[in-house]
Amino acid sequence: MARDERPIGSVSGRVWALLLIALILQITWQWSQPRPVAAAAALDAPAPVSALKLSSFGEPVVLAQLMTLYLQAFDNQPGISIPFRDLDYQKVILWLETILALDPAGQYPLLLAAQVYSQVPDQARERQMLDFVRLEFLRAPNARWRWLAHATIMAKHRLHDDALALQYARDIAKYAPEAPSWARQMQIFILEDIGEIEAARILLGGLLEGKQIKDEREIHFLMERLESMKNVENSTPMTKM
Amino acid sequence: MPRSQIVTIARFTLLEAVRTRLPWLLVIVLAVIFGTAYFIQQLAITESVRLQTAFSAAATRFAVVAVLSLHVLTSIVREFNDKGLELTLSFDLPRSHYILGRLSGFALIALLAAMLATLPQLLLGPTMAALQWGLSLAMELVIMCALSLFCIVTFTQLMPAASFVAAFYLLARAITALRVMTDTPLFGGDSWSNQFLALITESLSLVLPALDRYAQSTWLIDGGVSWPAVGANVMQTALYVALLGAATLFDFQRRNL
Repeated sequence: MARDERPIGSVSGRVWALLLIALILQITWQWSQPRPVAAAAALDAPAPVSALKLSSFGEPVVLAQLMTLYLQAFDNQPGISIPFRDLDYQKVILWLETILALDPAGQYPLLLAAQVYSQVPDQARERQMLDFVRLEFLRAPNARWRWLAHATIMAKHRLHDDALALQYARDIAKYAPEAPSWARQMQIFILEDIGEIEAARILLGGLLEGKQIKDEREIHFLMERLESMKNVENSTPMTKM
Repeated sequence: MPRSQIVTIARFTLLEAVRTRLPWLLVIVLAVIFGTAYFIQQLAITESVRLQTAFSAAATRFAVVAVLSLHVLTSIVREFNDKGLELTLSFDLPRSHYILGRLSGFALIALLAAMLATLPQLLLGPTMAALQWGLSLAMELVIMCALSLFCIVTFTQLMPAASFVAAFYLLARAITALRVMTDTPLFGGDSWSNQFLALITESLSLVLPALDRYAQSTWLIDGGVSWPAVGANVMQTALYVALLGAATLFDFQRRNL
């Protein structure tokens, strides 16, 4: 809206002077203040799920997503990047659990656990994250098997803990019947890899006998694999990798 | 007597606040916040008092700033619409006295509102910390009242003025974090865009009050802050209110009524 204004010259000298002096003083004051310094803040535990549900006003999924973004961005605080190893993993897990409680169908927290926070160069923390993934997998195996499959690979190739990898792979086979066959067959290849050829052969044989696999090409591949295991077992002594 | 004219306008500004039931509105808002904070405390499993205090302080601060800013804006808009301003200025009254009277009246309302807002915090936090928080809140409210007066005199319309006040408040609360982020970016620190952003942020920080240093709820939780920090708030407020007052006078003197 156009305004009917007087020329600038109509402003009295005293007002001009007051404005300029106040502006100069303000700038001088702010200039003299110490510069703000970036400081890492510790991650607090999340509020209880019941309180969060209440404060979400009927939109717990949206709140869960906002919390996920907050947690994800926590290592990038204003002007500072916090290494994962400096985060309190117990609290990170609490956050992830809370987010999953608010949005059980969400996969994001499990992705963060399996593929982001587990990349920390600290085996104890890495194991914490993988254990968290397993616990959450057990709550909804058919919906969350892929994250335990990833955890299996992590346990095998990063932690070099064959027993743990085998346990995860067995959990997938046992509790997630809707997982694709490659995921449920992971235990066989781990057993084979660690030299437990006999056990792997029995499992693979059982799988083929049980008619759980329908795809002809997959059956053919697994049959070849079974034959190759038998040949290896007959020709060379077993060695653990 | 010029001084008595300023006092009279300030007195009528205060009277208007009472007659428009501003104190009751503030009491209701504070009671709702206090009740909600108590409810949150009941829900919490641990650190319940900490949660209650933090919520109460942060929500009170935000709510009182919003209520007072809107009060200032609507009060002046009403005066524009009712032609009360023309009537007032038709008397032997300099424009500067009108602005100073209004500013003084609103500042007094801000002080009273801050006193009212401090009462619940006295029940929740340490007395000294609550008093420091209250004084700092009063300073913040005085700045926001002066800013609202400046905006409504400049824009004359409620919507643009309210939008500007809201944007200013959010920016003033975030300016320190923005400075830190542009000072030490996580990547691309040497790029021209980052340097340009840093320059803009630094320039803004010189003309904005850093409101994030005012009335922090952590003072109530962690047991107070040093008095020099509160003194710095008072000093910054005095400077900034002088600047806003001068800017309001500048704009008001240019208006054709």
